[in-house]
Amino acid sequence: MRIRGLTKTFDSITALDGVDLDVGDDELLVVLGATGAGKTTLLRCIAGLEAPDAGTIEMQRDITRLAPAERDVALVFQNFSLYPRWSVRRNLEFPLRAPGRHLGEDEIQKRVDGAAELLRITPLLDRPATCLSGGEMQRVAIGRAIVRRPKIFLMDEPLTNLDAKLRESLRVELVQLRRELKTPMIFVTHDQAEALSTADRIVVLSRGRVLQSGTPEEIYRRPKTPEVARQLGQPAINLLNRNGKIMGVRPEDIAIDGGEKEGVVKVVEDMGPTQTLLVEWEGAEVHIVAPKTVSVKPGDRIRPRVNDHNVIMF
Amino acid sequence: MLELQKLEKTYPDGTRAVRGIDLAVADGEFIVLLGPSGCGKTTTLRMVAGLEIATGGRILMGDKDVTALRPSQRDVGMVFQFYALYPHMTVRQNIAFPLECVGAPDIDERVSAVMARTGVDKLAALHPRHLSGGDQQRVSLARAMVRQPQLYLFDEPLGTIDADQRLALREFIRSQQLETKVTTLYVTHDQEEAMSLADRIVVMNGGLIEQVGPPADVYDRPASLFVANFVGSPGMNLIPKDGAMLGIRPEFVRVDPQGPIAGRVVLDEYLGAWRNVHVQTESGRIVLRADANERLRGDVRLSLDPAHLRTFGTDGRAL
Repeated sequence: MRIRGLTKTFDSITALDGVDLDVGDDELLVVLGATGAGKTTLLRCIAGLEAPDAGTIEMQRDITRLAPAERDVALVFQNFSLYPRWSVRRNLEFPLRAPGRHLGEDEIQKRVDGAAELLRITPLLDRPATCLSGGEMQRVAIGRAIVRRPKIFLMDEPLTNLDAKLRESLRVELVQLRRELKTPMIFVTHDQAEALSTADRIVVLSRGRVLQSGTPEEIYRRPKTPEVARQLGQPAINLLNRNGKIMGVRPEDIAIDGGEKEGVVKVVEDMGPTQTLLVEWEGAEVHIVAPKTVSVKPGDRIRPRVNDHNVIMF
Repeated sequence: MLELQKLEKTYPDGTRAVRGIDLAVADGEFIVLLGPSGCGKTTTLRMVAGLEIATGGRILMGDKDVTALRPSQRDVGMVFQFYALYPHMTVRQNIAFPLECVGAPDIDERVSAVMARTGVDKLAALHPRHLSGGDQQRVSLARAMVRQPQLYLFDEPLGTIDADQRLALREFIRSQQLETKVTTLYVTHDQEEAMSLADRIVVMNGGLIEQVGPPADVYDRPASLFVANFVGSPGMNLIPKDGAMLGIRPEFVRVDPQGPIAGRVVLDEYLGAWRNVHVQTESGRIVLRADANERLRGDVRLSLDPAHLRTFGTDGRAL
């Protein structure tokens, strides 16, 4: 997929401001950005649910002005939109029985059974959609996209409404599913674990513009601007003034001793595998992620040392 | 300060949302109710608020039995997932509203004080629709605090907040609570939130309490298989052995050429500061936490740090 100069305004608000984007043949592209960055508008333009003011979208051919049904794209929303009274099987068959699709009954059953197996929902096929858990419903919603064998999947925060624990396991499933589907996917999320672990490439959007595009490691380790740097990392990167420049340091790249200047520990949070410290240091509040093997408590004086190797200067 | 005794909620259709729980909360304590959807945590909070009527057991606040009291008689301040601010009122009017309802004295002074303390004074004249989600939630919190209630109740207040504002708001809630020392009951399904906020975590499942303890305890010494799996991201690795179950956290699994467990790397999740490496072994999948620069592929051998192993019996409880 090739997108050039995509622009869309709503009244006085510019949602997309000249977006250029390429998606490879079986690439998983994650679009990251705060609320209002233009992520959802981008997906809706690609799906044909919004008409862009300017720019082109090509998938082998120019699809910019085609109706949604003519584009061969599948969109999965964060709100699972299943027909509640229908069985799972009927929900899955539905897109294949749409007017204009002339699929034989054998082909329909083959696709439904294949998708169900892939998503491990075969035992649920005869249940009504109302009798599913949130995670099961979202799997069926993804299944309904898969049976269509679209040229591209568009996922708009598909895991956001699920419990944290369930999201974690579906995230792992999604990565494995993708290896088998071999279809490009654009995945919108604001969950950074999802973004980092699933993406081949991450695109950071802000106010309708692409700020940076790169592999998860590039975006995490070599962000071009402080705004990009703050998109990933929990707690967020520390941005410190150094001789008129901004120095970015990830919380895990500061050791709690061996440095020159003293700091005071204000808060210690036990996060399980690590502990997060909030330290007042050189006129700023700095987050440090430290191993649990060191013992530290609020009020302690420590000498933080920055790992120069991983510092980012802006 | 707050005590739940054999508290129960059964809905008319027979659903037993809360099945007789006991909990004693000390003055000034920050308690987080943690669990998956449907575990009964929100129902419990709503019974304490008076928004649901308990079908069994008692709720004591101080020495007073409040089980049958209306919400307005309970002296609690509640913050919801959806900000529930009045759209036609300014920020200042929203915050003043609970005081005006009861005809309190010194409204202006008290509203100004709470707005200064919570840092929303700059927003005083704005209407809620002009605020970000994070700021709306700050205003909700200021409104809950203005009456100086005995108890704060939070129902997933960060659920709809953008990731980039969530940490700041979390630290804000905690610092406000430490300053005012008001006893707090906080509901979430996010274990990171629970770990970072709580004095004690109450892990709930199926309408019952699985474990109560400080975050480090719940993480390091889970009382049941459910807690072992639910707390931690990902949860504890569980490995069957002689009819029992061994549990070990991903950070205590080591790659070790002499290790007793053979497996194959099936998935490597890059997470910025570290990697979760999924290894398929004879006893199931084991996830280990590896350094961000450490690339593991193909066949590996693993060992488990014996100091951090935990054993669970056939009843699912820790031995």
